[in-house]
Formats: sequence, structure tokens, C-alpha cells
Amino acid sequence: MSLTDNAPRHIPDRLRSPLQDKLVSWESLLLAVAIAIFIVNSLASPYFLNAWNLSDATFNFTEKAMIAFAMALLIISGEIDLSVAAIIALASTAMGVAMEMGAGTPMLVLVGLITGVLCGAFNGALVTKLGLPSIVVTIGTMSLFRGISYIILGDGAFRGYPSSFSWFGQGYVFWVISVEFVIFALLAVVFGVILHKTNFGRMVYATGNNATGALFSGVRVDRVKMTLFLLTGLMSGLAAICLTSRLGSTRPSIASGMELEVVTMVVLGGVNILGGSGSIPGVVIAAFVMGLVTFGLGLLNVPGIVMSIFIGLLLIGVIALPRLWAMWRKKAG
Amino acid sequence: MTHLKSRETILFGAILCLLLVVATRFPGFVAPENLIAVFTDTSPLIILALGQMAVILTRCIDLSVAANLALTGMVCAMINVAAPDLPVGVILTVALAIGAMLGAINGILVWKLNIPPIVVTLGTMTIFRGIIFLLTEGKWINAHEMSPQFTGFPRSDVLGMPVLGWIAVLVSVVMLVVMARTTLGRSIYAVGGNPHAAVYTGIDVGKTQFAAFVISGMLAGLTGYLWVARYSVAYVDIAGGFELDVVAACVIGGVSIAGGAGTVVGTLLGALFLGVVKNALPVVDISPFWQLAISGAAIIIAVAFNAQSGRSKGRVILKSAEHAQ
Repeated sequence: MSLTDNAPRHIPDRLRSPLQDKLVSWESLLLAVAIAIFIVNSLASPYFLNAWNLSDATFNFTEKAMIAFAMALLIISGEIDLSVAAIIALASTAMGVAMEMGAGTPMLVLVGLITGVLCGAFNGALVTKLGLPSIVVTIGTMSLFRGISYIILGDGAFRGYPSSFSWFGQGYVFWVISVEFVIFALLAVVFGVILHKTNFGRMVYATGNNATGALFSGVRVDRVKMTLFLLTGLMSGLAAICLTSRLGSTRPSIASGMELEVVTMVVLGGVNILGGSGSIPGVVIAAFVMGLVTFGLGLLNVPGIVMSIFIGLLLIGVIALPRLWAMWRKKAG
Repeated sequence: MTHLKSRETILFGAILCLLLVVATRFPGFVAPENLIAVFTDTSPLIILALGQMAVILTRCIDLSVAANLALTGMVCAMINVAAPDLPVGVILTVALAIGAMLGAINGILVWKLNIPPIVVTLGTMTIFRGIIFLLTEGKWINAHEMSPQFTGFPRSDVLGMPVLGWIAVLVSVVMLVVMARTTLGRSIYAVGGNPHAAVYTGIDVGKTQFAAFVISGMLAGLTGYLWVARYSVAYVDIAGGFELDVVAACVIGGVSIAGGAGTVVGTLLGALFLGVVKNALPVVDISPFWQLAISGAAIIIAVAFNAQSGRSKGRVILKSAEHAQ
């Protein structure tokens, strides 16, 4: 990581009123962007404002957002996990192996979740027990996990998942509300409560702001980090179940490059990449923004790789613009 | 004694052991011609890893090198299609310039806006690849569209080794001199070792990081031309995921991700280790699909090893929570 500014934090003389605070927050800015994108999209394409199309659009972000919630907590605590997409590949491969051995749907789900948790435990153990930097560890496990998938599958694929398994990725709870969207919404609430309403959530912030200070205040920093790695692994396993169920097959290249989109979603949601701050509502809105952008561009026949330029620009832009703005204000004032 | 225990010696020993094991089953592997072929095959990795080393030494990371390589390579190929008679010297200059420019974009964002390098280079990685698609609309440039002198240059033989291999040797020597004998090289170590102390000695931390990104970009651009010419094909996805191999080579070579520690010789050996493994796998009849998992495992083992050897011997009185720092 780069140099963090060691200057003392700026403490204002007077706190802003809660209403003022809400109006100028990152989340409300993001919400405005989301609404603007929604309006532009509905003007640009006649196919946009259709309940089924919009329901389809949610698949653009639900799986990524599941991981992004856990990743948000992990990044707030000052760590990162770049192996999430590789965990999906390995969990999906493990489910494929289990299916070949005749496992039913409940067993497949269990295998997916357990594989995810084990991968998370491996990352977490390397980071907390051996004290290694998470960015290198997870760059390593990113190759390792996906590499194991390649060893098992080579250039082949698993197909023929049981029909009941397709419920997760292709099922609907009622009308246009998909199972994945319901899982996404439930997780948003669960993670929002964990981060913003529990002791554990406060510990996550404390760990990310000042790990040594947190340790001396009685926070078991390593345990918090380990829990978050397990949680990220679990969510990657869940995303693997949804994605495998939706695609109906497993290839070792499944979900490649998804870690970038997950990190982008988290950073776009206002989480500080250096740790210490961020919120779940921000990540939820960021998920919608990214889903709407990719879906809208898709309706306009923009190829996927060009969309990735937008995502890359978005990632750099959301961090660069506030800093440019601050620099500009400093110069002007 | 310390000399025997150094990272370089251990790695060198590991490579020798590897070669020995392979040689027992397949003696032809250690024949001089084959070793030269392995070295040449590893040359792109060596060149990129040396650039990456400079970046990691300053506490940054450059994940955009492979995308930079692909973009510069594509531009070189397009120039060649448009002007087949352009001498290779001009193409090389253009490749270095474009690569340096792309590296400078990363560097400026890190230097002037203080954005974490991992975010910057994750972003530019996708942007560079996307730009290739915009330039070509996804089309390939194949061997028959390139001029023979363009594709022949890296493969032409000089004193028994292809030019590509000699370029890797040249880059290694230049980096050795730059890192050990120039102000820039020493600044790079100082910035990574202790940024605050570096500021007090009059070193501009951001500017040094910028310079490291330019070096890395320049070498990626150079490799871009060599890569495209060697394989005689250019398309969006060339060298996809290669940035991980590059970081792996550095980490295996003993470059500390926390900055400030790492040597040119170590990085060179780290890249060679991966190169020998890659070339030995098919010989000993292991599926190439093992490659990815092996380099992943090698990264983890190497970084764990780095942390163990780097741990201070003194008594720890106050336990720090941030042992990763």
C-alpha cells in the first residue's frame, strides 16, 4: 500500500447538523447518480422500462454484491481478498465433483459453502497466524485456487446439475422477484445490521482505523480479521452456488476477473480502500449503479470489454474526483 | 555463513536441484542449447519482473504490466501493418515511449492524487485492455500481415542466443547499475525502506514512485513489441493474467511487498525459477494445467519464507497488531 497521510485528522469546530450531513454524504451523491443513470437509460432505450428486463438486470450485480458486502467489512478492517473469484471457481468445481459422485441439491449447497469457508480459512490463517500481507497472500491463493480447478477440470466442464439445483440462479419467489434478488436483499439487511448495529461492527471499524489501538482496547484484532476472511469465503461459496445454478455448468474459467468488479463495487460504495470507513447502504447503491450501467450499455449493444473500460474509469474516477475537488478548493480558498 | 543463507544462494540451489531432478529423467533438458532456449523463453518474464521490482521496492504494485504489454504490442503491430518498411530501431523506440507513457499515467495518479497503487493499476489494467478492443474491434493481427524484419528481430541469432535473450541480459545489467550505482536507484530503496526518513533526506517520495512506474511501464512496452514479434500474433488477450507471474517472480526472488528490500539478482533468479518449472512440466509429463496452481503455491511459500527471515531477532516487549507492516 502507498503512504497513508500521517497528518492529524481535520477536526471541525462545529459538527454539521444531521440533515446537512445526510444531504452531502457519499451515499446520497451515489443515489443521485443511480437515479440519473436510471432516467438516462429509460430515455436511451425503449426496452429499459420493462419489469422483466429490469429483473434480468439485477442478475448483473446480485452475485457480485453478495461478495461485496463481506468484502466491504474486510476492506474496512484494513485487509483485502483478491481471491474471491478463484474461490468461486474452486467451490463450483467442488460442487461439480460432488454432483458426479451423485450428490443431491442440499449436499451440493453444503459442498459449495464449505469449500468457500475452507478457502477463506486458508487465507485468514496465512494473514493472521503468519502475519503475511493479505494482498500478496490472496494474489497467491487466487492462482492456487483457480489452479486447482484447472488441475481437476483441464479444458473440460461439469454439466448436468439436478433440476432442483437450478432454483437458486433461475428461480423466482413471486412475479419478477428472483431468488437471487431476495438473497441479495436479505444479506444487505444482515450485513447492514452487523456493521452498523453490533459490537462486532464497531470492532471492524476500530481494527481498520488503528489496529494497535484496537488491540490495546481489548479487540481481538486477529480474530476479527479471521472471522471476516471466513465470512468472505462463505459469501464467495454462496455466490458460486448462485452462479453455477444460473449457468448450469462449471468451467475453470468461471467468474474470471470478478474480483475486480467486487472491489470496484466496494470502493464505489464509499469504502476507504485503506480501511477504517465505509457503509453497507453505500455498497447497496453502488451495486445498483454498476448493475444499471452495465445493463443500460448492454441494451445499447456495447460489448462487454468496452463496459470494463467504464468500470475501470469508474474505479479510478470515484477516488480521484473527490481528491481533485479537494485540491482545487485548497487552491481556490 | 550469511552468504550461504542468502536468498539468492538458496534460490540458485533450488533451480540447480530442479534441473538435476529433470536431468535424471531427461538428460537433454540440461543440454546448453536447451538451457538457452529456456532462458530465452523466460526473458519476457525477467524483463517485466525487473520493472515490477522497482515498483514494489517503493511500496507500490503495478498490476497493469500485462495489459500495458498487450496494448503497446498491438500498437507496434498496427504501425508495422501500416508502414512495413519502418526499421526495427524506430519500432523499439516507439514501444519504449508508449510503455513509458502508460506507466506515467499510473505514476501520475499515484504521485499527484495519492490514490493507492493497487486501485490505480487494477483500473488501468482493464482500461488498457479495453482500449485495445476499441483500436481493433476485437480483430487479430496475424503473422502474414507483419513484415519479416518485424517478427524476425527477437528471434535472430547472435552468438548462439536469440536477440530476445540478449535483451533480457542487457536489461538485467542496466537495472543492476541503476539500482546500485545511481541516485534514482538508491532513492527507490530509501523510499521503500522508510518513506518518512526519505523525505527528511530530501527525496521526493511521490516523484520516486512515479519514476518506478515509468521504468516498469517502459519495460512492459519493450516486452510488448518483443512478445508480439516473437509469437507473430497480436490480439486483445495476449499475456492475460501474466501480471500475476510477474509479481510471483518478484516475491519468489525475495522482493518484500512491504518495500525497500529486494535485489536484481534475486528477481532474476525468481523469474528463472518459474521459467524452469514451466519448461520442465511438459518434459516430466505433468499437464500444463498444473502451472497456475504451482505458481500460486510458490508465491505463498515464498512470501511466508520472506516473513520468517525478515522477522527481527530482538525481544518483542510490546506486541504490535500490525505485524504485516
